[in-house]
Amino acid sequence: MSSGDATRRISMTVNGQTYSADAEPRTLLVHFLRNQLGLTGTHVGCDTSQCGACVVDVDGVTTKSCTMFAVQADGASVTTVEGLADGNGYHPVQEGFWEEHGLQCGYCTPGMIMASAALLRDNPDPTEEEIRHGLEGNICRCTGYQNIVRAVQHAAKVAKVAREGSSVDATASAGQEG
Amino acid sequence: MYPASFAYHRADSVEDAIARLEANPEASILSGGHSLIPAMKLRLAMPGEVVDISKIDGLKAIEIGDEIRIGAGATYRDIAAHEGIRAHLPILPEAISQVGDMQVRARGTFGGSIAHADPAADLTAVFVALDGRVKAVSSSGEREIGADEFFVDLWTTSLEPTEVITEVILPKPSESAGMAYVKHSHPASGYAVAGIAAVVVVQSGSVQQARIVVTGATSKPTRLSAVEDALNGATVNGDAIRNASEKAAEGIDINGDPYADEEYRAQLMRVLTRQALERATA
Repeated sequence: MSSGDATRRISMTVNGQTYSADAEPRTLLVHFLRNQLGLTGTHVGCDTSQCGACVVDVDGVTTKSCTMFAVQADGASVTTVEGLADGNGYHPVQEGFWEEHGLQCGYCTPGMIMASAALLRDNPDPTEEEIRHGLEGNICRCTGYQNIVRAVQHAAKVAKVAREGSSVDATASAGQEG
Repeated sequence: MYPASFAYHRADSVEDAIARLEANPEASILSGGHSLIPAMKLRLAMPGEVVDISKIDGLKAIEIGDEIRIGAGATYRDIAAHEGIRAHLPILPEAISQVGDMQVRARGTFGGSIAHADPAADLTAVFVALDGRVKAVSSSGEREIGADEFFVDLWTTSLEPTEVITEVILPKPSESAGMAYVKHSHPASGYAVAGIAAVVVVQSGSVQQARIVVTGATSKPTRLSAVEDALNGATVNGDAIRNASEKAAEGIDINGDPYADEEYRAQLMRVLTRQALERATA
Protein backbone atom coordinates (compact mmCIF):
# COMPACT_ATOMS: atom_id res chain seq x y z
CA MET A 1 0.00 0.00 0.00
CA SER A 2 0.96 3.66 -0.18
CA SER A 3 1.75 6.07 2.60
CA GLY A 4 -1.44 4.83 4.20
CA ASP A 5 0.44 2.20 6.16
CA ALA A 6 2.55 4.70 8.07
CA THR A 7 1.98 4.92 11.78
CA ARG A 8 2.06 8.22 13.51
CA ARG A 9 2.62 9.26 17.09
CA ILE A 10 -0.55 10.54 18.73
CA SER A 11 -1.21 11.90 22.20
CA MET A 12 -4.37 12.13 24.17
CA THR A 13 -5.45 12.64 27.73
CA VAL A 14 -7.39 9.64 28.97
CA ASN A 15 -9.02 9.83 32.38
CA GLY A 16 -6.74 12.73 33.27
CA GLN A 17 -3.50 10.98 32.28
CA THR A 18 -1.55 11.88 29.14
CA TYR A 19 -0.59 9.04 26.82
CA SER A 20 1.48 9.01 23.63
CA ALA A 21 1.62 6.00 21.35
CA ASP A 22 1.97 5.06 17.70
CA ALA A 23 -1.14 4.29 15.72
CA GLU A 24 -1.96 3.49 12.14
CA PRO A 25 -4.59 5.86 10.77
CA ARG A 26 -7.00 2.94 10.46
CA THR A 27 -6.75 2.03 14.16
CA LEU A 28 -10.11 2.61 15.77
CA LEU A 29 -10.17 4.56 19.02
CA VAL A 30 -11.60 1.56 20.88
CA HIS A 31 -8.69 -0.64 19.81
CA PHE A 32 -6.20 2.07 20.73
CA LEU A 33 -7.72 2.36 24.21
CA ARG A 34 -7.85 -1.39 24.77
CA ASN A 35 -4.74 -2.68 23.03
CA GLN A 36 -2.27 0.17 23.28
CA LEU A 37 -3.32 1.77 26.54
CA GLY A 38 -4.60 -1.40 28.24
CA LEU A 39 -7.90 0.22 29.19
CA THR A 40 -10.16 -2.78 28.66
CA GLY A 41 -13.18 -1.35 30.44
CA THR A 42 -14.40 -0.13 27.06
CA HIS A 43 -15.84 -3.12 25.21
CA VAL A 44 -16.23 -4.10 21.57
CA GLY A 45 -19.65 -5.59 20.98
CA CYS A 46 -20.90 -5.46 17.44
CA ASP A 47 -18.11 -3.63 15.61
CA THR A 48 -20.74 -2.05 13.35
CA SER A 49 -21.69 1.09 15.32
CA GLN A 50 -24.93 -0.45 16.54
CA CYS A 51 -24.51 -1.77 20.07
CA GLY A 52 -22.90 0.99 22.14
CA ALA A 53 -20.64 -1.24 24.27
CA CYS A 54 -17.72 1.03 23.26
CA VAL A 55 -19.19 4.39 24.30
CA VAL A 56 -16.72 6.88 25.80
CA ASP A 57 -16.61 10.67 26.03
CA VAL A 58 -14.29 12.53 23.65
CA ASP A 59 -13.88 16.19 24.60
CA GLY A 60 -17.16 15.88 26.47
CA VAL A 61 -19.05 14.40 23.50
CA THR A 62 -20.60 10.96 23.86
CA THR A 63 -18.92 8.81 21.23
CA LYS A 64 -18.96 5.25 19.93
CA SER A 65 -15.22 4.64 20.02
CA CYS A 66 -15.56 1.98 17.29
CA THR A 67 -16.75 4.74 14.95
CA MET A 68 -13.81 7.06 15.38
CA PHE A 69 -10.19 6.63 14.35
CA ALA A 70 -7.65 7.09 17.11
CA VAL A 71 -5.90 9.75 15.00
CA GLN A 72 -9.11 11.81 15.11
CA ALA A 73 -8.71 11.93 18.89
CA ASP A 74 -5.11 13.17 18.70
CA GLY A 75 -4.97 15.99 21.25
CA ALA A 76 -8.37 15.19 22.70
CA SER A 77 -9.45 14.49 26.25
CA VAL A 78 -11.11 11.10 26.59
CA THR A 79 -13.06 9.68 29.51
CA THR A 80 -13.68 5.95 29.71
CA VAL A 81 -15.69 4.02 32.29
CA GLU A 82 -12.49 3.61 34.33
CA GLY A 83 -12.31 7.38 34.79
CA LEU A 84 -15.97 8.21 35.23
CA ALA A 85 -16.11 8.22 39.02
CA ASP A 86 -14.64 11.20 40.78
CA GLY A 87 -12.36 9.97 43.53
CA ASN A 88 -13.11 6.81 45.49
CA GLY A 89 -16.88 6.64 45.30
CA TYR A 90 -19.14 5.61 42.49
CA HIS A 91 -20.53 7.96 39.91
CA PRO A 92 -24.31 8.31 40.47
CA VAL A 93 -24.93 6.22 37.34
CA GLN A 94 -22.66 3.44 38.60
CA GLU A 95 -24.50 3.55 41.90
CA GLY A 96 -27.80 3.37 40.05
CA PHE A 97 -26.72 0.25 38.14
CA TRP A 98 -25.58 -1.30 41.44
CA GLU A 99 -28.73 -0.46 43.37
CA GLU A 100 -31.23 -1.36 40.64
CA HIS A 101 -29.38 -4.40 39.30
CA GLY A 102 -28.98 -2.73 35.92
CA LEU A 103 -26.91 -5.57 34.48
CA GLN A 104 -26.74 -9.30 34.18
CA CYS A 105 -23.73 -10.46 32.13
CA GLY A 106 -22.22 -6.98 32.25
CA TYR A 107 -20.93 -6.87 28.70
CA CYS A 108 -22.94 -3.81 27.66
CA THR A 109 -22.53 -2.13 31.04
CA PRO A 110 -19.53 0.16 30.43
CA GLY A 111 -21.19 1.63 27.36
CA MET A 112 -24.59 1.79 29.05
CA ILE A 113 -23.07 3.66 31.97
CA MET A 114 -21.13 6.11 29.79
CA ALA A 115 -24.18 6.77 27.61
CA SER A 116 -26.42 7.19 30.66
CA ALA A 117 -23.99 9.68 32.19
CA ALA A 118 -24.00 11.65 28.92
CA LEU A 119 -27.78 11.54 28.83
CA LEU A 120 -28.03 12.93 32.36
CA ARG A 121 -25.54 15.72 31.58
CA ASP A 122 -27.91 16.99 28.88
CA ASN A 123 -31.10 16.18 30.71
CA PRO A 124 -30.67 15.76 34.48
CA ASP A 125 -34.30 14.83 35.10
CA PRO A 126 -35.41 12.66 32.15
CA THR A 127 -38.75 10.94 31.76
CA GLU A 128 -38.79 7.19 31.22
CA GLU A 129 -39.44 7.81 27.51
CA GLU A 130 -36.47 10.19 27.30
CA ILE A 131 -34.24 7.59 28.95
CA ARG A 132 -35.32 4.90 26.49
CA HIS A 133 -34.83 7.28 23.56
CA GLY A 134 -31.43 8.38 24.87
CA LEU A 135 -30.21 4.79 25.20
CA GLU A 136 -31.39 3.69 21.75
CA GLY A 137 -27.79 3.31 20.68
CA ASN A 138 -27.01 0.80 23.42
CA ILE A 139 -28.08 -2.81 23.13
CA CYS A 140 -28.45 -5.18 26.10
CA ARG A 141 -29.30 -8.80 25.45
CA CYS A 142 -29.95 -9.78 29.07
CA THR A 143 -32.03 -7.34 31.02
CA GLY A 144 -34.90 -6.34 28.78
CA TYR A 145 -33.86 -2.79 29.74
CA GLN A 146 -36.32 -2.45 32.65
CA ASN A 147 -33.66 -2.36 35.33
CA ILE A 148 -31.39 -0.20 33.20
CA VAL A 149 -34.13 2.43 32.99
CA ARG A 150 -34.63 2.16 36.75
CA ALA A 151 -30.87 2.51 37.25
CA VAL A 152 -30.82 5.77 35.30
CA GLN A 153 -33.85 7.02 37.22
CA HIS A 154 -32.05 6.15 40.46
CA ALA A 155 -28.95 8.00 39.27
CA ALA A 156 -31.02 11.06 38.41
CA LYS A 157 -32.48 11.00 41.91
CA VAL A 158 -29.09 10.59 43.60
CA ALA A 159 -27.61 13.40 41.54
CA LYS A 160 -30.56 15.63 42.34
CA VAL A 161 -30.16 15.02 46.06
CA ALA A 162 -26.45 15.75 45.76
CA ARG A 163 -27.13 18.96 43.80
CA GLU A 164 -29.70 20.20 46.25
CA GLY A 165 -27.48 19.20 49.14
CA SER A 166 -30.32 18.05 51.39
CA SER A 167 -28.85 14.59 51.86
CA VAL A 168 -25.75 12.96 50.46
CA ASP A 169 -26.06 9.82 52.56
CA ALA A 170 -27.13 7.68 49.63
CA THR A 171 -24.02 8.45 47.56
CA ALA A 172 -21.67 8.12 50.49
CA SER A 173 -22.89 4.68 51.56
CA ALA A 174 -22.87 3.31 48.03
CA GLY A 175 -19.29 4.46 47.61
CA GLN A 176 -18.20 2.33 50.53
CA GLU A 177 -19.73 -0.79 49.05
CA GLY A 178 -17.31 -0.56 46.12
CA MET B 1 -12.87 -5.14 12.06
CA TYR B 2 -10.26 -3.00 10.35
CA PRO B 3 -10.65 -0.71 7.36
CA ALA B 4 -8.14 -0.90 4.54
CA SER B 5 -5.06 1.26 5.10
CA PHE B 6 -5.25 4.92 4.27
CA ALA B 7 -3.37 8.15 4.88
CA TYR B 8 -4.90 10.61 7.33
CA HIS B 9 -4.78 14.36 6.92
CA ARG B 10 -6.31 16.78 9.40
CA ALA B 11 -7.22 19.82 7.35
CA ASP B 12 -6.72 23.20 8.99
CA SER B 13 -8.73 25.13 6.40
CA VAL B 14 -11.21 24.52 3.61
CA GLU B 15 -8.46 25.47 1.10
CA ASP B 16 -6.19 22.85 2.65
CA ALA B 17 -8.93 20.20 2.31
CA ILE B 18 -9.58 21.13 -1.33
CA ALA B 19 -5.85 20.94 -2.08
CA ARG B 20 -5.76 17.37 -0.74
CA LEU B 21 -8.78 16.39 -2.84
CA GLU B 22 -7.08 17.82 -5.92
CA ALA B 23 -3.77 16.12 -5.14
CA ASN B 24 -5.30 12.70 -4.51
CA PRO B 25 -8.32 11.48 -6.50
CA GLU B 26 -8.70 8.65 -3.96
CA ALA B 27 -9.15 11.06 -1.05
CA SER B 28 -12.42 11.28 0.84
CA ILE B 29 -13.73 13.96 3.18
CA LEU B 30 -14.35 12.93 6.80
CA SER B 31 -16.57 15.12 8.95
CA GLY B 32 -18.65 13.38 11.63
CA GLY B 33 -17.61 10.04 10.18
CA HIS B 34 -20.85 8.26 10.99
CA SER B 35 -21.54 7.22 7.43
CA LEU B 36 -17.98 6.97 6.12
CA ILE B 37 -16.36 5.02 8.96
CA PRO B 38 -18.99 2.24 9.11
CA ALA B 39 -18.66 1.90 5.31
CA MET B 40 -14.85 1.78 5.63
CA LYS B 41 -15.02 -0.89 8.33
CA LEU B 42 -17.07 -3.06 5.98
CA ARG B 43 -14.65 -2.13 3.17
CA LEU B 44 -17.54 -0.82 1.14
CA ALA B 45 -15.47 2.38 1.07
CA MET B 46 -11.67 2.25 0.74
CA PRO B 47 -10.42 5.81 0.30
CA GLY B 48 -6.65 6.05 -0.10
CA GLU B 49 -6.66 9.21 1.99
CA VAL B 50 -9.04 10.59 4.58
CA VAL B 51 -9.20 14.37 4.87
CA ASP B 52 -10.63 15.30 8.26
CA ILE B 53 -12.48 18.64 8.12
CA SER B 54 -14.00 18.37 11.59
CA LYS B 55 -11.40 20.62 13.22
CA ILE B 56 -11.70 23.51 10.76
CA ASP B 57 -12.71 26.70 12.55
CA GLY B 58 -15.89 28.32 11.35
CA LEU B 59 -17.49 25.29 9.71
CA LYS B 60 -19.84 24.77 12.64
CA ALA B 61 -21.47 28.21 12.79
CA ILE B 62 -25.25 28.56 12.70
CA GLU B 63 -26.59 31.96 11.62
CA ILE B 64 -30.19 33.09 11.62
CA GLY B 65 -30.61 36.06 9.31
CA ASP B 66 -32.86 36.64 6.31
CA GLU B 67 -31.84 33.08 5.52
CA ILE B 68 -30.66 30.35 7.84
CA ARG B 69 -27.07 29.27 7.29
CA ILE B 70 -25.83 26.10 8.92
CA GLY B 71 -22.12 25.35 8.76
CA ALA B 72 -21.50 22.02 7.06
CA GLY B 73 -19.71 20.76 10.17
CA ALA B 74 -22.52 21.58 12.61
CA THR B 75 -23.57 18.35 14.29
CA TYR B 76 -27.14 17.15 14.52
CA ARG B 77 -26.90 17.80 18.22
CA ASP B 78 -25.73 21.42 17.73
CA ILE B 79 -28.55 22.07 15.28
CA ALA B 80 -31.32 20.49 17.35
CA ALA B 81 -30.25 22.45 20.43
CA HIS B 82 -30.04 25.82 18.65
CA GLU B 83 -32.81 28.18 19.79
CA GLY B 84 -33.13 30.01 16.48
CA ILE B 85 -33.41 26.72 14.61
CA ARG B 86 -36.05 25.47 17.04
CA ALA B 87 -38.03 28.67 16.56
CA HIS B 88 -37.89 28.90 12.76
CA LEU B 89 -37.34 25.34 11.55
CA PRO B 90 -38.99 22.98 14.05
CA ILE B 91 -38.84 20.22 11.41
CA LEU B 92 -35.08 20.01 11.96
CA PRO B 93 -35.11 19.02 15.65
CA GLU B 94 -38.11 16.80 14.90
CA ALA B 95 -36.25 14.91 12.17
CA ILE B 96 -32.94 14.93 14.00
CA SER B 97 -34.50 13.23 17.03
CA GLN B 98 -35.21 10.32 14.66
CA VAL B 99 -31.67 10.06 13.26
CA GLY B 100 -29.56 7.13 14.47
CA ASP B 101 -28.95 7.38 18.19
CA MET B 102 -27.52 9.86 20.71
CA GLN B 103 -23.92 9.11 19.67
CA VAL B 104 -24.66 9.45 15.96
CA ARG B 105 -26.41 12.76 16.61
CA ALA B 106 -23.44 13.97 18.69
CA ARG B 107 -20.95 13.52 15.83
CA GLY B 108 -22.93 13.29 12.59
CA THR B 109 -23.40 16.46 10.55
CA PHE B 110 -26.10 17.93 8.32
CA GLY B 111 -23.55 18.69 5.58
CA GLY B 112 -22.20 15.16 5.75
CA SER B 113 -25.62 13.57 5.51
CA ILE B 114 -26.42 15.57 2.39
CA ALA B 115 -23.03 14.90 0.77
CA HIS B 116 -23.30 11.17 1.50
CA ALA B 117 -26.81 11.06 -0.06
CA ASP B 118 -27.85 7.81 1.56
CA PRO B 119 -31.22 6.91 0.02
CA ALA B 120 -32.67 6.24 3.48
CA ALA B 121 -31.28 9.30 5.26
CA ASP B 122 -33.67 11.62 7.08
CA LEU B 123 -32.17 15.08 6.65
CA THR B 124 -31.88 14.76 2.88
CA ALA B 125 -35.69 14.83 2.55
CA VAL B 126 -35.97 17.72 4.99
CA PHE B 127 -33.36 19.66 3.00
CA VAL B 128 -35.43 19.22 -0.19
CA ALA B 129 -38.74 20.02 1.53
CA LEU B 130 -37.26 23.25 2.88
CA ASP B 131 -35.97 24.14 -0.63
CA GLY B 132 -32.41 24.52 0.67
CA ARG B 133 -29.13 25.08 -1.13
CA VAL B 134 -25.58 24.05 -0.40
CA LYS B 135 -22.57 26.26 -0.80
CA ALA B 136 -19.89 24.23 -2.57
CA VAL B 137 -16.33 25.50 -2.62
CA SER B 138 -13.48 24.45 -4.91
CA SER B 139 -10.20 26.01 -6.00
CA SER B 140 -12.00 27.69 -8.90
CA GLY B 141 -14.45 29.46 -6.61
CA GLU B 142 -17.74 28.77 -4.96
CA ARG B 143 -21.24 28.05 -6.18
CA GLU B 144 -24.63 27.24 -4.73
CA ILE B 145 -26.53 24.11 -5.65
CA GLY B 146 -30.28 23.97 -5.07
CA ALA B 147 -31.86 20.96 -3.39
CA ASP B 148 -33.89 20.02 -6.46
CA GLU B 149 -30.68 19.69 -8.50
CA PHE B 150 -28.39 18.31 -5.83
CA PHE B 151 -29.33 14.63 -5.57
CA VAL B 152 -28.65 12.50 -8.65
CA ASP B 153 -29.04 8.87 -7.61
CA LEU B 154 -28.15 6.42 -4.85
CA TRP B 155 -25.22 7.95 -2.92
CA THR B 156 -24.64 10.27 -5.88
CA THR B 157 -24.86 14.06 -5.94
CA SER B 158 -24.03 16.84 -8.39
CA LEU B 159 -21.07 17.81 -6.20
CA GLU B 160 -17.77 17.69 -8.10
CA PRO B 161 -15.05 15.40 -6.67
CA THR B 162 -12.93 18.36 -5.59
CA GLU B 163 -15.75 20.45 -4.13
CA VAL B 164 -16.38 20.74 -0.41
CA ILE B 165 -19.73 21.71 1.09
CA THR B 166 -19.18 24.53 3.55
CA GLU B 167 -22.76 25.62 4.29
CA VAL B 168 -26.32 24.45 4.10
CA ILE B 169 -28.55 27.43 3.37
CA LEU B 170 -32.26 27.30 4.14
CA PRO B 171 -34.82 30.01 3.37
CA LYS B 172 -36.53 31.28 6.48
CA PRO B 173 -40.09 29.92 6.24
CA SER B 174 -42.99 32.34 6.44
CA GLU B 175 -44.91 32.59 9.70
CA SER B 176 -47.76 30.67 8.12
CA ALA B 177 -45.65 27.65 7.13
CA GLY B 178 -46.27 24.36 8.88
CA MET B 179 -43.85 21.47 8.71
CA ALA B 180 -43.46 17.88 9.82
CA TYR B 181 -41.24 14.83 9.28
CA VAL B 182 -42.61 11.35 9.94
CA LYS B 183 -40.98 8.05 9.20
CA HIS B 184 -41.38 4.34 9.54
CA SER B 185 -38.02 3.06 10.77
CA HIS B 186 -36.46 -0.27 10.01
CA PRO B 187 -36.58 -1.91 13.44
CA ALA B 188 -32.95 -3.06 13.36
CA SER B 189 -31.10 -0.30 11.52
CA GLY B 190 -33.30 2.67 12.40
CA TYR B 191 -33.08 3.86 8.80
CA ALA B 192 -36.24 5.02 7.05
CA VAL B 193 -38.21 2.28 5.28
CA ALA B 194 -40.13 5.34 4.19
CA GLY B 195 -40.09 8.88 5.53
CA ILE B 196 -42.07 11.95 4.51
CA ALA B 197 -41.01 15.56 4.99
CA ALA B 198 -43.78 18.10 4.47
CA VAL B 199 -43.57 21.89 4.40
CA VAL B 200 -46.92 23.54 3.75
CA VAL B 201 -47.69 27.26 3.58
CA VAL B 202 -51.34 27.94 4.35
CA GLN B 203 -52.97 31.34 3.98
CA SER B 204 -56.59 32.13 4.76
CA GLY B 205 -57.32 28.44 5.03
CA SER B 206 -55.94 27.38 1.67
CA VAL B 207 -52.61 25.95 0.60
CA GLN B 208 -50.30 28.48 -1.05
CA GLN B 209 -47.31 26.23 -1.43
CA ALA B 210 -46.49 22.62 -0.54
CA ARG B 211 -43.24 20.72 -0.79
CA ILE B 212 -43.71 17.06 0.09
CA VAL B 213 -40.69 14.76 -0.12
CA VAL B 214 -40.17 11.02 0.35
CA THR B 215 -36.98 9.32 1.52
CA GLY B 216 -36.19 5.65 2.11
CA ALA B 217 -38.54 4.35 -0.59
CA THR B 218 -36.70 5.85 -3.56
CA SER B 219 -33.13 6.05 -4.83
CA LYS B 220 -32.93 9.71 -3.81
CA PRO B 221 -35.16 12.13 -1.93
CA THR B 222 -38.04 12.73 -4.29
CA ARG B 223 -40.82 15.32 -4.35
CA LEU B 224 -44.31 13.90 -4.53
CA SER B 225 -45.58 16.16 -7.28
CA ALA B 226 -49.03 14.55 -7.49
CA VAL B 227 -49.54 15.31 -3.79
CA GLU B 228 -48.20 18.84 -4.16
CA ASP B 229 -50.47 19.50 -7.16
CA ALA B 230 -53.51 18.21 -5.28
CA LEU B 231 -52.72 20.44 -2.33
CA ASN B 232 -51.87 23.69 -4.09
CA GLY B 233 -54.85 26.03 -3.82
CA ALA B 234 -56.91 23.47 -1.89
CA THR B 235 -58.85 24.40 1.22
CA VAL B 236 -57.18 22.67 4.15
CA ASN B 237 -59.44 20.06 5.66
CA GLY B 238 -59.49 16.33 6.32
CA ASP B 239 -60.91 15.49 2.89
CA ALA B 240 -58.26 17.49 1.04
CA ILE B 241 -55.49 15.86 3.05
CA ARG B 242 -56.89 12.35 2.50
CA ASN B 243 -57.37 13.02 -1.19
CA ALA B 244 -53.83 14.34 -1.63
CA SER B 245 -52.25 11.55 0.47
CA GLU B 246 -53.85 8.88 -1.72
CA LYS B 247 -51.68 10.18 -4.58
CA ALA B 248 -48.41 9.74 -2.68
CA ALA B 249 -47.09 6.88 -4.81
CA GLU B 250 -48.34 8.24 -8.16
CA GLY B 251 -45.54 8.53 -10.69
CA ILE B 252 -42.89 7.56 -8.14
CA ASP B 253 -40.30 4.87 -8.89
CA ILE B 254 -40.35 2.96 -5.60
CA ASN B 255 -37.57 0.59 -4.55
CA GLY B 256 -38.40 -2.78 -3.03
CA ASP B 257 -36.27 -5.11 -0.98
CA PRO B 258 -36.90 -8.38 0.86
CA TYR B 259 -37.96 -6.48 3.96
CA ALA B 260 -40.42 -4.11 2.27
CA ASP B 261 -41.64 -4.55 -1.29
CA GLU B 262 -42.85 -1.76 -3.60
CA GLU B 263 -46.52 -2.21 -2.73
CA TYR B 264 -45.88 -2.07 1.00
CA ARG B 265 -43.70 1.03 0.66
CA ALA B 266 -46.38 2.69 -1.51
CA GLN B 267 -48.93 2.11 1.24
CA LEU B 268 -46.51 3.44 3.86
CA MET B 269 -46.01 6.55 1.73
CA ARG B 270 -49.77 7.20 1.60
CA VAL B 271 -50.18 6.75 5.35
CA LEU B 272 -47.09 8.75 6.30
CA THR B 273 -48.02 11.55 3.90
CA ARG B 274 -51.43 11.85 5.55
CA GLN B 275 -49.82 11.91 9.00
CA ALA B 276 -47.24 14.49 7.93
CA LEU B 277 -49.88 16.72 6.34
CA GLU B 278 -52.12 16.49 9.39
CA ARG B 279 -49.21 17.52 11.59
CA ALA B 280 -47.98 20.26 9.25
CA THR B 281 -51.40 21.87 8.98
CA ALA B 282 -52.51 21.39 12.60
